[in-house]
Amino acid sequence: MQPIKPDTRQAVTDSAVSVRNVSKVYGDVQALKDLSLEFPRGELTSLLGPSGCGKTTLLKIIAGLLPATSGEIEVNGVKVTGPGPDRSFVFQDFALLPWASVIRNVAFGLELRGVAKSEREAIAEKYIREVGLAGFEKKFPHQLSGGMRQRVGLARALSVNAQVLLLDEPFSAVDEQTRRKFQEDLLELVKNEKKTFIFVTHSIEEAVYVSDQIAILLPRPSRVSEIIRPSSFRDKSVDNIRRDPEYLDIVDRIWASLRSYVE
Amino acid sequence: MLKHRPLMLKLLSALIVFGAWEIAGRVPVSYAFPTFIDSMAALARMTFDGSIFVAYAETLQPLVVGVLISAVFGIGLGLWIGLSKGFEWLFSPIFIVMQAAPLAALIPLLVMVYGIGLTSKVFVVCIMAMPVIVLNTASAVRNTPASLKEMATSFLAHDRDVLLKIILPAASPVIFSGLRLGVSAGFIGAILSELKITPTGVGDIITYSRSIADYPSMYAAIFSIILLAVIFLNLLEKLEDILFEGNNRGYAAD
Repeated sequence: MQPIKPDTRQAVTDSAVSVRNVSKVYGDVQALKDLSLEFPRGELTSLLGPSGCGKTTLLKIIAGLLPATSGEIEVNGVKVTGPGPDRSFVFQDFALLPWASVIRNVAFGLELRGVAKSEREAIAEKYIREVGLAGFEKKFPHQLSGGMRQRVGLARALSVNAQVLLLDEPFSAVDEQTRRKFQEDLLELVKNEKKTFIFVTHSIEEAVYVSDQIAILLPRPSRVSEIIRPSSFRDKSVDNIRRDPEYLDIVDRIWASLRSYVE
Repeated sequence: MLKHRPLMLKLLSALIVFGAWEIAGRVPVSYAFPTFIDSMAALARMTFDGSIFVAYAETLQPLVVGVLISAVFGIGLGLWIGLSKGFEWLFSPIFIVMQAAPLAALIPLLVMVYGIGLTSKVFVVCIMAMPVIVLNTASAVRNTPASLKEMATSFLAHDRDVLLKIILPAASPVIFSGLRLGVSAGFIGAILSELKITPTGVGDIITYSRSIADYPSMYAAIFSIILLAVIFLNLLEKLEDILFEGNNRGYAAD
């Protein structure tokens, strides 16, 4: 088995998002230090690392929700100064409006953009079907299971048709079985939607399972320690990935490099 | 049967309270304590001769004006205090003092400044109703879930959208509970002002019937104001249900 090396192909692929020399300081804590990373267009890149490694901070800086202390982010060649229509966010805690029905939640991003009601509900209905929640349009979030709530969050992020989807540990609050189904659906989504996905997770298996590219972040201060691009199992059917020797090997290697950082 | 359970329980509890009242009146616990049936008879008499409506036409003026002022300014002020970071220390203590102040002792002062007319009574209602509305609104606004605000920002919400579509609906349960408390305090204020400033309206019925020892009428007046307050609070609750349908069933992020 070959050693896993930082990938050199990324220089030639087209980047949807570029992170250049980004640092983030909170008070006297250096969360991110001089971090650079390219996110290839149309692929799913995972940010993986132990807790406290700043992966969510990086995601929120890319989203424009947090300002970087120094360095810059470009999305499709345009510098990020705040939230924009080219990115949409899926939240760890779902962040659904409890007083709004599923359809209003899904259409909320479009509502904020001033899209007319009939039009935005037509779009929302399409994505509600796509995430498998048809028939639940009039329900309220408290009537849904955790997994269904995150499907609403996903549909909301998809409905604004942003080119880049930012997912902040989206499956961490749902149970294991739902999570597996989500992961399979996510692979399907990456294939069909032609969007760029940036996916924060703390699960090694999850990262290897769903990613075209995995960026391992190490903490204090956070930097990219390596970039892994699984090559052989991405085109196999979802049922065979977890048995693939390369999958198992990558999971083991990532664990070996992260082990010493876990308290 | 099961569907009507809440209603049955309410009726049952009313039956127990009124039954206890009737028994206490028959014992009697005091010469000045009429039975439930006598009180209801007095209420019916006042309803049929119209005197109760005349009284309420008088009492409702300071009450409605005071409650409206308290609701509008109280929510507005509460929003402002909750949203601004610097002004909490300036305003919160004023309302905490207002809430704790012994109002009856302040009434002579109000009368000295504003006379014995409607203005003083409206003031009393406002002093009673406003603090809890302001304080509840301010703390509700300050406790808006950060993740919802962040979500709105990430979907390109303007400040106005964040206020109208996130902060206000998220704060509405606590604002409404402040309103309910404020309105009940306003009822107390309205009656207090009629007892302490000039006897008019329902306060007049209470004072006058007590002075001529017509205790059933006195208790009928007290009962009617409680009934009115309960009806009003229920209406407020209905309004909240209509405005924010999903709110009364817990937060999705829980």
